Amino acid sequence: MMVQDSYIHKLAAKGARIDGRKFGEFRNVSIDDKTIEKAEGSAIVRLGDTKVIAGVKLDVGTPFPDKPDEGVLMVSAEFSPISSPDFEAGPPSDESIELARIVDRGIRESCAVDMKKLCIKAKEKVWIVNIDINILDNFGNLIDASAIASAAALSRTVFPKFDGEVVDSKEKTKKKLPVTTIPVACTFVKIGDSMVCDPVLEEEDASSCRLTLTTKDDGNVCAIQKGGEGALTSEEIEKALDMAVSIGKELRKQIAP
Amino acid sequence: MKRGDGRKPEDIRPMEITAGVLQKANGSAMVKMGRTIAVAGVFGPRQMFPRRLQQFSRAVLQCRYIMTPFSTDERARPGPSRRSKELSMVINKALSAAVFLEEFPKAAIGVYIDVIQADAGTRTAAINAASVALADAGIPMRDLVAAVAVGKIDGKYVVDLAGPEEELSDCDLPVAVMPRDGRVTLLQMDGDLPPEDVKQLLKIAKEGCAKIYEMEKEALRKRWMK
Repeated sequence: MMVQDSYIHKLAAKGARIDGRKFGEFRNVSIDDKTIEKAEGSAIVRLGDTKVIAGVKLDVGTPFPDKPDEGVLMVSAEFSPISSPDFEAGPPSDESIELARIVDRGIRESCAVDMKKLCIKAKEKVWIVNIDINILDNFGNLIDASAIASAAALSRTVFPKFDGEVVDSKEKTKKKLPVTTIPVACTFVKIGDSMVCDPVLEEEDASSCRLTLTTKDDGNVCAIQKGGEGALTSEEIEKALDMAVSIGKELRKQIAP
Repeated sequence: MKRGDGRKPEDIRPMEITAGVLQKANGSAMVKMGRTIAVAGVFGPRQMFPRRLQQFSRAVLQCRYIMTPFSTDERARPGPSRRSKELSMVINKALSAAVFLEEFPKAAIGVYIDVIQADAGTRTAAINAASVALADAGIPMRDLVAAVAVGKIDGKYVVDLAGPEEELSDCDLPVAVMPRDGRVTLLQMDGDLPPEDVKQLLKIAKEGCAKIYEMEKEALRKRWMK
């Protein structure tokens, strides 16, 4: 074990963390929704020193045949080499695919966007919601930062002008995207026998596994993903569930426009 | 309550596990869970290529989960999809927890799983097949891994969702455990459920996994104890 890892483990055994936070304490969140003007909705989120952008672009296209009267939602993530020497340019890594799918599941399963309202003409024309996540600075917990940025961007998204045939993305309308709930992801890592939320990079490196729990406004859970090679006891999972609900409640206040 | 296929809520689907179904692979297994069929082959421990991915103090588990084009009602596009890449990763982690990787520095252990018929629960069938295949290959493990998906239909907790049940369930919650100490190595969920339900479902999933665990051991006994 690396010296730094064993230091983090020793601290955790005493109930402490390297940056002085409590196990259930998130880093500060700030949201900038003004900088990207060309997107229909956007948010640059800082979570401590971690920084990510989520941008929403709306387009009109054909629905999936199995859901002819619903809009389409797509989430992609780019781990840009700008954000860390650990990331290489090239096709999406497995990690970035997993992150995008965790964020996607949180939004989709919570029905955060009312997909039926995105239907223009069944079987033919529906709105397509593209959420693209770009990482700028990786100081740990990219999943939660990306989920916060995506939820913040969605809840600020307006429709572009559409004349029934073509979308004019130069002109935005005042009409807001139908957003029903704000899903909040809360990620824990296991260090020794402790579950700590919102890990910094050093804590991620020292941890044996990861657990992400996404909750809705009503406190229900809409997505879970365990990551990492370690194993979790039922008690650890239950403790994380309880913490995720209360953390979600607090974070949601900061994300809402 | 009876389910669409006549099962009780706590029943798993009719299940069949066979170890040693392939000749070339060092270890192999086929698992049928209802109509879902997964075949797993294990190669290694062998030298890790490319060498830059070698790990100095442990082996690397290389895992690939794939659904064959003919496994579904509508033909699936061959080759890895975003879904199969994510599943390969979570299956890898679910198995890694159980394998003594530190026994084989610089080596690779290849775990390849082909789903030849898909009818819900393909990742859990894949994990069950891979776990038996790893043991069949003689790779030292802390425990076998057993996996099952659970859900909630009409207010009832149900074990091992079948194809037609996936639509009806409030959630899909696949779980993998090492049954001896009960630790969870895979946990995913999509759906909409109060946290208390998640806790209950986890308990019920573990009971389902205990049944599968016995069948895994039986399959290995059948293959090796003559």
